[in-house]
Amino acid sequence: MRLLNTDFDWKPLALVPALALLALPAVGSGSTWLTLTVAGLAMGMIVFIIASGLTLVFGLMDVLNFGHGVFIALGAFVATTVLASMGSYTTADSLWLNLVALLPAMLVAMAVAGALGWVFERLIIRPVYGMHLKQILITMGGMIIGEEMIKVIWGPGQIALPLPETLRGSFIFGDASVEKYRLLAVLVGAAVFAAMVWTLNRTKVGLLVRAGVQDREMVESLGYRIRQLFIGVFVVGSALAGLGGVMWGLYQQTVLPQMGAQVNVLIFIVIIIGGLGSTLGALIGALLVGLMANYTGFLMPKVALFSNIALMVAILLWRPQGVYPVTNR
Amino acid sequence: MLSRLLSNDLPRSRWLVALLLVLFLGLAFAPFLFPGVKALNVAAKVLIFVALVASFDLLLGYTGIVSFAHTMFFGIGAYGVAIALNAAETPSWGAIVLGVLGALVISLLLSLVIGLFSLRVKAIFFAMITLAVASAFLTLASQLSDFTGGEDGLTFRVPELLSPGFTLTEEPLVTPLGEVDLNGRLITYYLIFLAVTAIFLTILRIVNSPFGRVLQAIRENDFRAEALGYRTVVYRTLSNVLSAAFATLAGCLLALWLRYNGPDTSLSFEIMLDILLIVVIGGMGTLYGAFIGSVLFVIAQSYLQDLLRLAGSATEGLPLLPALLTPDRWLLWLGVLFVLSVYYFPTGIVGKLRERAVLARRRGQP
Repeated sequence: MRLLNTDFDWKPLALVPALALLALPAVGSGSTWLTLTVAGLAMGMIVFIIASGLTLVFGLMDVLNFGHGVFIALGAFVATTVLASMGSYTTADSLWLNLVALLPAMLVAMAVAGALGWVFERLIIRPVYGMHLKQILITMGGMIIGEEMIKVIWGPGQIALPLPETLRGSFIFGDASVEKYRLLAVLVGAAVFAAMVWTLNRTKVGLLVRAGVQDREMVESLGYRIRQLFIGVFVVGSALAGLGGVMWGLYQQTVLPQMGAQVNVLIFIVIIIGGLGSTLGALIGALLVGLMANYTGFLMPKVALFSNIALMVAILLWRPQGVYPVTNR
Repeated sequence: MLSRLLSNDLPRSRWLVALLLVLFLGLAFAPFLFPGVKALNVAAKVLIFVALVASFDLLLGYTGIVSFAHTMFFGIGAYGVAIALNAAETPSWGAIVLGVLGALVISLLLSLVIGLFSLRVKAIFFAMITLAVASAFLTLASQLSDFTGGEDGLTFRVPELLSPGFTLTEEPLVTPLGEVDLNGRLITYYLIFLAVTAIFLTILRIVNSPFGRVLQAIRENDFRAEALGYRTVVYRTLSNVLSAAFATLAGCLLALWLRYNGPDTSLSFEIMLDILLIVVIGGMGTLYGAFIGSVLFVIAQSYLQDLLRLAGSATEGLPLLPALLTPDRWLLWLGVLFVLSVYYFPTGIVGKLRERAVLARRRGQP
């Protein structure tokens, strides 16, 4: 987070509008382009919410959590239960009542995912600090257990997660149609990003986190217990993944126990593009991935599945450590 | 002679020697010791996993590279044979050779590209990149349905000699344990047995060569290996290519045995998890660990599901337990095994046994 530095590196940030502009002539029609762009930004924002926690965890503690996906799936499944229990609110034809239903769903999902994150840190990650290989193996095991427990509780099949009444459908701007839910996703994503930037840049906790990412030993020798800080970040990261899971589930309108593993691939691509540990990098990576997926999905559906990997390869050829490499590592 | 064959990499523990001998002899005489279709299927799967896991250990255990794309090469091998035999009018040996060679070429090129490109980046990047590439490849295999049969996969016929209809003698061979048909399945089994033995010994030879020593040096400290003048990128890429080639061969054997191949049989992420777990349980960086781990794991996987079914029906009526003990929850126990083995078996079975042997020797000569 070096937004205030004068030597700020603008090039990666410019990639996002550049990609959007590049797609304009390819798509041809302006209204279709607008639809796709908003859809891409919305998808990117959701992916950012999921990936932000993971990239912080890596940056601060050098822990690569392959089990991050399980918090996403858990959040989405908790949301189905909460929303189902508030049936009359979600089907009401009032935006306020719908949002009143959505808010507790998000909060409960975040709380449950955060709590699981705390357990995960204690049981799964604590014995393997500093050992990358074992981190990968043991968090993988943790994810399998989590996914299977979800199947035990909610059943192995997919569950529908319908959007609340007033969030269905789309706004029409001229010829372009913009789905209402995607606008909400952009708003939530922007709020999460703003909250993160504010916390990291304007609060003491944020200062410590940033300092910890830069030089852990120095912060420790100043007398701060960075372990406690890390557990906090891990719990917040898991809670964010839970929130992202709710958003992602509503975006897909169905939830699957395997969704964690599916999204894992996507968020790994995002944080590799962004540079492991960088929040702004994760945002840029997520937006690029979202836009790319939507443009190629429209232009060349067959290629769409590989567009993310092609994007990652191209970025890594340009900057092998990601667009905003976190230094000293 | 034996020492030469094992490339002077002896088990170094009496218990380990005993275990290896029992398992090896069990596999060598499996058709006679355990008659029955299921037993033979399990034995063949064990053999194929021995080759697959040993090739993965070359990468993970000896070079210290975490790759999630190993099943991709396994799948390429299986699809190579499947597509070649499916396309051939009459299943011939030529088609098999063509399929194997084609698969090897594709694997070599792909692993070379992945290796050269991603081994430049950090180790953790490599794990994530291979995960992404493998998932893309799985999608590709299901999408190209004209070529790969899509989700349904390909069923094909194998040459006369290997097909179950072929019999050497009309009379079944009478053994003390029962009658064994001398048919094409038996021949296929021994073909696989010989191929896997050859692959295993070759990998053993590789890791105990000077080249293998460099790989281990890279695993221990790549910075120092580089400083000694070894070009680590070259060695890492070569290790990646070699391990991909052996995995491809294992995939070819799988297709020959099953006479079928689909995305779930050779490409699925579950197989990748199995491989990782086997390497961890057996002991990373010891090929004997890959061998022992594969045998134990595949047998457990093949028979524990029945056991889980029993346990599930036994605990019927109790809360939650039946839900945890159904065969469908096999993966849950796999995950628990994963976590517990990292906790309690950090060096794997082989590591534990060797540790014991060293301790015993020390106690013997104070």
